Amino acid sequence: MTKAKWIDKTLEGFLILCVSMTALTTLSVVLILGKESLSFFSHVSIVDFLFGTRWEPLLEPQSFGVLPLVCGTFLIVMGAMVIALPAGLLIAAYLNEFASNRFRSVVKPVLEILAGIPTVVYGYFALTFITPQLKTVFPEMQVFNAASGAIVVGIMILPMIASLCDDGFRAVSTTIRDGAYALGARPYEVMTQIILPSAKSRVAAAVILAMSRAIGETMAVTLAAGATPKMTLNPLESIQTMTAYIVQVSLGDTPAGGIEYQTVFAVAALLFVMTLTMNLIGNHFIYKGR
Amino acid sequence: MRQSWRKQRETLFLWICRGVTFLAIFILGILLFHILKEGANWLSFEFLTRFPSRFPAKAGIKSALFGSVWIISMTAMISIPLGVATAFYLEEYAPKRRLFRFLQVNISNLAGMPSIVYGLLGLAIFVRFFNLDRSLWAGSLTLGLLILPVIIISSQESIRAVPDSIRDAAFALGARPWQVILGQLLPAALPGIMTGIILALSRAIGETAPLIMVGALSYVAFVPEAPGDPFTVLPLQIFNWAGRPQVDFHGIAAAGIIVLLIVLFMMNFIAVMIRQRFQRYKM
Repeated sequence: MTKAKWIDKTLEGFLILCVSMTALTTLSVVLILGKESLSFFSHVSIVDFLFGTRWEPLLEPQSFGVLPLVCGTFLIVMGAMVIALPAGLLIAAYLNEFASNRFRSVVKPVLEILAGIPTVVYGYFALTFITPQLKTVFPEMQVFNAASGAIVVGIMILPMIASLCDDGFRAVSTTIRDGAYALGARPYEVMTQIILPSAKSRVAAAVILAMSRAIGETMAVTLAAGATPKMTLNPLESIQTMTAYIVQVSLGDTPAGGIEYQTVFAVAALLFVMTLTMNLIGNHFIYKGR
Repeated sequence: MRQSWRKQRETLFLWICRGVTFLAIFILGILLFHILKEGANWLSFEFLTRFPSRFPAKAGIKSALFGSVWIISMTAMISIPLGVATAFYLEEYAPKRRLFRFLQVNISNLAGMPSIVYGLLGLAIFVRFFNLDRSLWAGSLTLGLLILPVIIISSQESIRAVPDSIRDAAFALGARPWQVILGQLLPAALPGIMTGIILALSRAIGETAPLIMVGALSYVAFVPEAPGDPFTVLPLQIFNWAGRPQVDFHGIAAAGIIVLLIVLFMMNFIAVMIRQRFQRYKM
């Protein structure tokens, strides 16, 4: 074997080793979450876990119904989407069909900065700015509340929705766009009647991926939304999300191995399944939209 | 009449779009202004050189700053070679069949996995299984896995942007695959790869949740000196201060945020500079 060939084989071997790391990561996550959840479900029935409406694993009498945490997460995600989806779509539409190149070159970096700000900073902003502002409007609001958490999560996922929709709009073939203009359509009509329908699978992908991101968002909701797992749809109340619960337990001194410790893995497994499903569907839509 | 309604509708839509876009810029402005207003008074040179304290006026971020530098350097050393190598394999070697498709789907899923799940992975594997305890090793390996997919995806895009003609010409001259990769593709794709790496690292600097999971401490009154030492990082220190009820702690939290954001903006600026000055091939 010549030297060049030998180097070739070594390099390829090294590269394969690197690639296998990514597969190994996924495999480990599944194994770890699976193993710890299985031992959790040997104590608590999976039906009680998935459909129980009381979540009090740290207090006696213990109760392991995860729905309050899911409900809290749902409240945050829905609130965030109500803000981020219309805003993201409008910004993407504006950048695509109306804005000058110069304006584009201002807005794009602003969105990148918003996307790059750490989530703990958003949490601080929610706690020290948004909550006091909201309190002037709703005096009965609690210090920790779902509303301010949802608002900052909305700001956080806005750049993601805007840029995914923007990519989707750009991917629409120029032929049909030009065709519409040639027939006398105005930019607004091209946008709503030509581009939006053609890009709908990419917009759907943006929605699903952004929701998945919002579900997994941790620090902002831990700081702002509170630590009170409860079944409520009132955004002015303190709630707890799945992610915030995981953080709460790890900050405390729960000993490893006990059932309280295992709840973290069971909640994380649920979180993982939810986000994985949404990411698979979302990425499939992007793939389909190509 | 109909014509004018079409025009009015268009103008209205345009103004709504403009309004929302300006609102986004405005929100960023408010966020920065609020943090500056809250934190500027607490910012001083001593703030950077003191350890945390029970008294806000005496507290500083020395240990957090050193911890962040340690963590980011170690994370970079772990994830850059791994990520870039994986990207080259996927783009240049992998047969574009089922396995390739599976790996690609897996990587995009990893990119979307919540950071807190990475934290649990780090806790189970690095902290417990490999017995690395609450060390810099455990933290940086966890963050390394977290940003790996980000580096892979951005590197793949830069490699894909190199024109096929360069690749073909090198092969035509008799170069082996490794010569093509190291001699042609890597230099050509380097600016894009670097930009992706810097953005990925700036994400790692701001991460808090995974480090809470692997047990980074929130009160550290020493500077880590070896990769096996316990540590804290800037976002974690900020989280700790922001979570306290006293207003003064919110002030130093804001001062910490200012330092963190300055670091992040500098990294973003460098990334943009590299992209604009050196990038020859764009997607």
